[in-house]
Amino acid sequence: MTGRLLSGPEPDPAGDAGHLDAPPRVGFFTDTTVCIGCKACEVACKEWNAIPEDGLSLTGMSYDNTEGLGASTWRHVAFIEQPSTAPSAPPAPSAPSGSPGPGPGSVPVPDGRTELPLTDQRAATAPAAGGEGGDLRWLMSSDVCKHCTHAACLDVCPTGSLFRTEFGTVVVQEDICNGCGYCVPACPYGVIEQRSSDGRAFKCTLCYDRLGAGQEPACAKACPTESIQFGPLDELRERAALRVDQLHAAGVEDARLYGDDPADGVGGDGAFFLLLDEPEVYGLPPDPQVTTRDLPAMWRHAGAAALSLAGAFAASYALPALTRRGRGRR
Amino acid sequence: MTRTGGKGGKGRGKGEELMVPRAEFRSYYGRPVIKAPAWAARDIAGYFFLGGLAGAGSVLAAGAHLTGRTTTARAMKVSSLAAISLSTAALINDLGRPGRFPYMLRVLKPTSPMSVGSWLLSAYGPAAGAAALCAVTGRVPRAGAAATAAAALLGPAVATYTAVLAADTAVPAWHGAHRELPYLFAASATAAAAGMALVVAPARESGPARCAAALATLADLGATKATERRLGMVAETYREGKAGRLLRCARGLIGAGAATAALAGGKSRPAAVAGGLALLAGSACTRLGVFAAGIASAEDPVYTVVPQREAKARREAAEAGEAKGAAGA
Repeated sequence: MTGRLLSGPEPDPAGDAGHLDAPPRVGFFTDTTVCIGCKACEVACKEWNAIPEDGLSLTGMSYDNTEGLGASTWRHVAFIEQPSTAPSAPPAPSAPSGSPGPGPGSVPVPDGRTELPLTDQRAATAPAAGGEGGDLRWLMSSDVCKHCTHAACLDVCPTGSLFRTEFGTVVVQEDICNGCGYCVPACPYGVIEQRSSDGRAFKCTLCYDRLGAGQEPACAKACPTESIQFGPLDELRERAALRVDQLHAAGVEDARLYGDDPADGVGGDGAFFLLLDEPEVYGLPPDPQVTTRDLPAMWRHAGAAALSLAGAFAASYALPALTRRGRGRR
Repeated sequence: MTRTGGKGGKGRGKGEELMVPRAEFRSYYGRPVIKAPAWAARDIAGYFFLGGLAGAGSVLAAGAHLTGRTTTARAMKVSSLAAISLSTAALINDLGRPGRFPYMLRVLKPTSPMSVGSWLLSAYGPAAGAAALCAVTGRVPRAGAAATAAAALLGPAVATYTAVLAADTAVPAWHGAHRELPYLFAASATAAAAGMALVVAPARESGPARCAAALATLADLGATKATERRLGMVAETYREGKAGRLLRCARGLIGAGAATAALAGGKSRPAAVAGGLALLAGSACTRLGVFAAGIASAEDPVYTVVPQREAKARREAAEAGEAKGAAGA
């Protein structure tokens, strides 16, 4: 019996969750090389799902004023501005966080610069050689709930509010959630969040309502460059592998898939990505693990600790009695 | 450079532990990768403390009940009932939708420590309540003894499952210590219950509590050490900032409390009370400290990125070693 695995490859999460005759598992393949940062996905998501406004402030860090995924942000476009001299190497010796580094104009290295050949090939491209001297590149990526094969949020939800749909996606039932907030720290990607004005937890539903009506999710529908591709997961994985090969052949050696591997720490993501740099540069964890993988060990240790506690008190009652008996009364 | 695979985490000299150079890593504008829980420290760390006090207190009460230490038994049963009632109130208060707290018993999910804990509390709470009521009123002693036994059986689970609750998250300082945290919580709960017994029990009945306090102190120190060793660079979150201050306080208070109780608690009632209060305060500081360490580790991406990079590099090195018979870092 291999059903109900807590981690590792699992071919049929919907079936494992009890759906009979489930349709094929669907998901997103987000090809960040063609993202132009238009944020149409963010807007479409907000509009379709009637998500409340959650701040109109400017961050000052980049064109990204959305900041990150949250209770009221189910799509988030990340903007990374970095020197494009040697894309695979870190931007600058002491840059702590993938931020622009020592400042513009200080790295005009015409020699080692990698001009991504995408510009002359297909439609729009992410890495436009912009800014002064063309020494910068922009990475843009539309982030979303990963709809993990082994979803920690779902595993730890005490009410059963989070559930696995017949499409293999993970959805919160708003009428069940009691706002315990356990899913929030459980998510290895920092996706799900409690809405403070409401108390309950919210996240991307992969447009469960639209899927039921045979429509694609709003973000994918709105994406003008097909950076966000929706479809059966198997098909998307094939398409993504071809795209990476194509990019490698074109000399874009940094192209790599993220979240596509069913053998990874969460059993593969329902929403996976094609990235041009390390995942952490995009705010993604480099090696996420479903926390429930270690739950059997945790319960074992908790059991042993509970026994130790009982044992310690037993000893505490036994020892004074023994010493008293040895010494006589009092 | 900012590559992180083999940063000098393990080669760190013992003498310079305080000034570890910041690990080099990359992130998205320094923003956290995971989200810290929105739980209030007062409610949730407070619950960890009170749950521990109640659970371990029930074991202590059962022992006192069995050995004829009636004052201790009665007082500890009342203390457990009060602690578990306060716990429940804190838990409900922390819900985003407090009115929906009965939904906690909608399902029983072994994969959710919070679900398991809710069921545990719903069994333990009434048992602790019945034990206390029977002890105070002196009625139906048989039922009281049964309730005392039931509470004592469930108590250790109530005291330690909260460690699983914290560890079954992506929070680096909690999940990384998922093997050690239950023992730390058990030790801390024992210290709290022993402290309470010292405060409420007459000196002639306090022998077991003093002994338990000493054992708890040793276990607490050992478990803290083991936790920090396991966590590697994430152990910083247990040593620095608010968590560091709280945990240093905790160690001081528990040590001082146990020592005071051991040396003078048998003869001097004020010394016993002082020692007991120190133990209680120390236990509360431990829970608040562990809670604060978790929040700190969730809010700084370095604690998510660097350990994951290291784990990945280790795994890839092992795989490469398997394939080629030679490991490369």
